[in-house]
Amino acid sequence: MMILGIPAPLLFGQLLLGVINGAFYAMLALGLSIIFGMLNIINFAHGALFMMGAFAAWLMLHYLGIGYFPALILGPLVIGAFGIVLEKVLISRLYKLDHLYGLLLTFGLALVIEGLFRNEYGSSGLPYNIPRALSGVTDLGFMYLPVYRAWVVAAALVVCLTTWAIIEKTPLGARLRAGTENPALVRAFGINVPRMITITYGAGVALAAFAGVLAAPIYSVNPDMGDNFINTVFAIVVIGGMGSIMGSIVTGFALGVIEGLTKVFYPQGSATVIFLVMVIVLLFLPRGLFGKAA
Amino acid sequence: MLEVADLNAWYGESHVLHGAGFEVREGEVVTLLGRNGAGKTTTMKSIMGLVPRRAGSIRFRGAELIAAPPERIARAGIALCPEERGIFGSLSVTENLLLPPIIAPGGLDIATIHALFPNLRERARTAHGTRLSGGEQQMLAIARILRTGAKLLLLDEPTEGLAPVIVQQIGRTILEIKKRGFTVLLVEQNFRFAATVADRHYVMEHGRVIDMIPNHLLASSMDKLHDYLGV
Amino acid sequence: MSATTETPAPAAAPAAHGIFGFTRAQAVAFVVMLAAIVILPHILYPIFLMRVLMGALFACAFNLLIGYLGLLSFGHAAFYGMGAYLGAWALKVWHLDAALAILVGGATGGLLGLALGWLAIRRSGIYFAMITLALAQMVYFFCVEAPFTGGEDGIQQIPRGVAFGLFPLHSDMAMYWFTAAIFLAGFLLIHRVIHSPFGQVLKAIRENEPRAISLGYRVQDYKLIAFVLSAFLSGIAGATTSVIFGIATLDGVVSDRSGDVVLTTLVGGLGTVFGPVVGAAVTTAMENYLAQFGSWVTITQGAIFVVCVLAFRRGIVGEVAARLKLSL
Repeated sequence: MMILGIPAPLLFGQLLLGVINGAFYAMLALGLSIIFGMLNIINFAHGALFMMGAFAAWLMLHYLGIGYFPALILGPLVIGAFGIVLEKVLISRLYKLDHLYGLLLTFGLALVIEGLFRNEYGSSGLPYNIPRALSGVTDLGFMYLPVYRAWVVAAALVVCLTTWAIIEKTPLGARLRAGTENPALVRAFGINVPRMITITYGAGVALAAFAGVLAAPIYSVNPDMGDNFINTVFAIVVIGGMGSIMGSIVTGFALGVIEGLTKVFYPQGSATVIFLVMVIVLLFLPRGLFGKAA
Repeated sequence: MLEVADLNAWYGESHVLHGAGFEVREGEVVTLLGRNGAGKTTTMKSIMGLVPRRAGSIRFRGAELIAAPPERIARAGIALCPEERGIFGSLSVTENLLLPPIIAPGGLDIATIHALFPNLRERARTAHGTRLSGGEQQMLAIARILRTGAKLLLLDEPTEGLAPVIVQQIGRTILEIKKRGFTVLLVEQNFRFAATVADRHYVMEHGRVIDMIPNHLLASSMDKLHDYLGV
Repeated sequence: MSATTETPAPAAAPAAHGIFGFTRAQAVAFVVMLAAIVILPHILYPIFLMRVLMGALFACAFNLLIGYLGLLSFGHAAFYGMGAYLGAWALKVWHLDAALAILVGGATGGLLGLALGWLAIRRSGIYFAMITLALAQMVYFFCVEAPFTGGEDGIQQIPRGVAFGLFPLHSDMAMYWFTAAIFLAGFLLIHRVIHSPFGQVLKAIRENEPRAISLGYRVQDYKLIAFVLSAFLSGIAGATTSVIFGIATLDGVVSDRSGDVVLTTLVGGLGTVFGPVVGAAVTTAMENYLAQFGSWVTITQGAIFVVCVLAFRRGIVGEVAARLKLSL
């Protein structure tokens, strides 16, 4: 079967890869947006913390015999706790300064973290097998669907939508939204905003680590895996604008798909297409698709 | 209930309050009157811990709060209805109403609040608090701090920019909450309105409290007041 | 940048009098720098010093944006790297004069800066940083694919050639004097610009952009011109470096290079006149020393970022200047 002169399996295969990349883009962009909302900093260490999530899964399996599914919970918890320490000890010292310092600090943290992992584990990558329960392939009739990839998309969707629901539909989320708008007044109501900021950072980091654990069986676990993603995610965040939670999720998935389709129709352009979209969005909607007026 | 003494406050380099002092007794409605820039709003923010730097003494029910962070001041039982209302646009009307946590028993329940402010019941489903009219936003801003059990309410210019009918309604509301045992510190530009609700008035100028006028002497102090307020 | 928060060290105070627009302290520092440029090649390796000088020019160019406009570019590798490629191409394939080839590199950086800057200045603050990072990433991917860059191998065996048709650059000392001249020309150009009426407008924008707009200045045009100048000098630094080492590779356009220049400027002192130069000396020496330890270069760089941001925001020169109550 051919679609637009392209063999259907190739088209669907690339589309699936695009959706999977999109799932990672969405989770990472979502975390960046949440952190930006409360802390007003761009977390340049996000890619490094994503990578730590993948390493957490690998280390737990190798040294403690902890399998994939427990790692999916424990990894984000451990790395999220690490994020809380980072916020408490380092990042929180910068809130009264220009936001650019937060960017420089987290950039430096990323260099340190990635360098340490490169020193310890090299850059070649460590294998992490797909858990047995999620291995194998399903025949959908028009294409073969590896079960693990379907699982990644489903898990990412569930986590993204849950995060969205918590923020948009619960009293806790209402506090977060209010804290983003006017933290001083929220404090004056008796809510401990500094603690809320710390927890928000931890949650954003946990989200990155969760994405990292999901990524471990797909990409080889290596110190640079976050770097490869994060520059693209920054472009996605510029495209979506950081004002909207749903906006980050939709933009993440959509650009993954656009990237996948570009691989089919114009492979040379697949590495740059997301950046081109960013250029176009900047030309016509400088605030991003979902950005709010400053 | 609240004793403020030698209160100083700064925004960066600029020294805004210069030793303001006054007191509010339990069950009273007290106003701070004064011209623009006299330091009324800064006084409210200082009590709440919302200025970058302050010094002096703020005692509430005997406890010193001058060094406390805002969340602790709130938990001690003081609630602020800020200038320009501070309604959150990303929160629905109900979310705005329920945002301040209950810090002590004795707050009003939702049914009572809806009885006091029927408009809020009608608009409860509005998705963005800032879609309400100015008057409705002001009621919401007062309503949400009645729930929390805080007994001292700081109302910063609740009548600003509102139509006379609404101002009257807010006046009735203040008398009603006084009757229910709340204590109110009110910032006002409009001393005619203040006269209808308050027990005592403090006059501020250049970051100091320069006079205190009990409400029953307000009529006889008109000349003095006109002088203070330049009206 | 919000007005209520502490901003990076303010740009060097305008000097109404003094020598060529330098304050007395700056004039002394300039003479010390000149002396170092003349004396040091007899003590240290010229190759090392040339790396310092071009690192310093690159950082001075970057500092023009962060120090005088408050714009943090995370994509300056694009201008440096493309300048290096085109400078190398001009020298090796078109057989241009070395000076002309380096100007080609600068022009490449400037033109690219015109295009990318035109996009990036639509936003400010952290968005500006992310946009410049992403645009530079796009340039990097382009360089990986484009045939003229030689892919992973880069452009190799670039002859140093002859400068101005008179001075052969084969010896390291000849190359060194040529490099030093380029550095000084760039350094003084930036100094001249900052002390021109144009530079005063840049400072006004940095202090209070809305007011600059209300005074009728076309703020976006000023930002773009500063961006292009910064990109042009970055291209010059990249091209000169490719002439010095005879090679231009992806190493010039990779995002690490953008991070390096941020670090160099931060260590020396954001917004100071001599900070980027001191920063380049420190970071180049450190990289030289740590090169044998693999990833420790990155780890150390990261740690320096963290320490500088938390405890040493003024940088070396900024700190010295603050202690001595001088503008350097």
